[in-house]
Amino acid sequence: MRATTVVTEVGTGLRRNLGLTVAVVLVVLVASIMGGMAFLLHEQVNVMKDYWYDKVEVSVFLCGADSVAASCNGQAVTQAEKDQIQTDLESLPQVEKVYYESKAEAYQHFKEQFKGSPIAENAPPDSLPESFRVKLKDPTQYAVVAGAFAGRSGVEEVQDERALLDKLFAALNGVQNAGVVVAAITVAAALLLIANTIRVAAFTRRRETGIMRLVGASNLSIQLPFLLESMVAAMFGALVGAGFLALGKAFLIDHTLAPKFQFTPFFGWDSVWKAGILVLVLSMIIAAGASLVTLRRYLRV
Amino acid sequence: MIRFDNVTKLYASQVRPAIENCTLDIEKGEFVFLVGASGSGKSTLLRMMLREERPTAGSVHVLGKDLSRLSSWKVPALRRQMGTVFQDFRLLPNKTVFENVAFALEVIGKPRHTIAQVVPEVLELVGLAGKEHRRPDELSGGEQQRVAIARAFANRPMLLIADEPTGNLDPATSVGIMRLLDRINRTGTTVVMATHDAAIVDQMRKRVVELEGGHLVRDQSRGVYGYSR
Repeated sequence: MRATTVVTEVGTGLRRNLGLTVAVVLVVLVASIMGGMAFLLHEQVNVMKDYWYDKVEVSVFLCGADSVAASCNGQAVTQAEKDQIQTDLESLPQVEKVYYESKAEAYQHFKEQFKGSPIAENAPPDSLPESFRVKLKDPTQYAVVAGAFAGRSGVEEVQDERALLDKLFAALNGVQNAGVVVAAITVAAALLLIANTIRVAAFTRRRETGIMRLVGASNLSIQLPFLLESMVAAMFGALVGAGFLALGKAFLIDHTLAPKFQFTPFFGWDSVWKAGILVLVLSMIIAAGASLVTLRRYLRV
Repeated sequence: MIRFDNVTKLYASQVRPAIENCTLDIEKGEFVFLVGASGSGKSTLLRMMLREERPTAGSVHVLGKDLSRLSSWKVPALRRQMGTVFQDFRLLPNKTVFENVAFALEVIGKPRHTIAQVVPEVLELVGLAGKEHRRPDELSGGEQQRVAIARAFANRPMLLIADEPTGNLDPATSVGIMRLLDRINRTGTTVVMATHDAAIVDQMRKRVVELEGGHLVRDQSRGVYGYSR
């Protein structure tokens, strides 16, 4: 069959079942947005992991005068203990770098982090503990430091920042999984809707397809218009969905969130492109799959 | 051209075979009437020729192909060498006469210039010159059947299968359709026609194959519709 004939057939088919075509476009649109968001969240977690895992440190907090930890004995850490802890830390093979943060520096960092918040205004300068910040060669080797220094006299607490990040990432992963589930449900709806649309289209055009079979049109030329129709509808839905993802990146991320959360990076436009191509390709594959399965049942030779 | 060899067809939901132990040979260029009461198996026989159905037992050869062994992707190529006409015309109501005939050629990939040449020729042959731009609902039944015949014959098939083509037409119109089928037969195309129309069969004096309850009960050259009517 000639290309122009196919194009005409596809156009007629899409218009004749306009209601169903719009329904397919919309459900694919929702599936694309949900799937694309899940993918972008995954990208966001990766970007944050790359950025933060390089920066995370193990903090060895030292006892202050009012520490309640058992290892402190109600006393502040002495200079001798401090020197000994630093030497021991530096001698560990897993440790890349150790530096000391005084109470004053800790207070400075704290004020910067919570700039404009009442917490920063009200915190007394003396309230934050001094600490050793330990950078590990391999951030997963946290247990070595914790094992050697937790409970040692003069050490109030050993804290792994990675553990804090992992909690955040776990929460983001939860959101991402919810996105995947919703996307899967919408994909299932899209599959059924496309299958049903094809069934209706095959029924409304049974005269044409019947004649095509009788005069010896190939399977391909009988089924291609139906296949292309569902793929065009799905492509349209995915394109609009990708457009929404791009709008989300431009307004929600770049315009609103990024200026407010400058301490963390956000996924870039390359991820949006990837998400767009992903939803486009997947939607069309899904549409083609659903169509072929249905066509096998309803348009047999 | 067509050979049925001890063919039995049993539909899945039925006990009695629609066709039982049927052996039939049709030569190239023949004109064969297939007669018999409703339910005698005429349509099943035609459907097996078109490979719409496959025999339960025995073999069907059409145009040199063993249809029980023909893989389904080769069926379209087979059907391009056959034309089919039905009682209910099966025209597309939203297409003109010209478009209806052209559609059959378009969907098998004929180039546009061939279509532009062939369609007027075949419409001229069936006597519809000048009515190219009418729609089916503007035509009489006889004219609609002529369009269907033009569509079936446009690709110059070796074999024309007609399932009660005059079933919806009055006797005078039917005669015209029969003349047309006869003319097509004279070009060398084999015609197999199932019919109830005794007057036509008697008049044409062609080969008659009669079915009764799925059995082939009569095969007579230059026959009539039946002995007892």
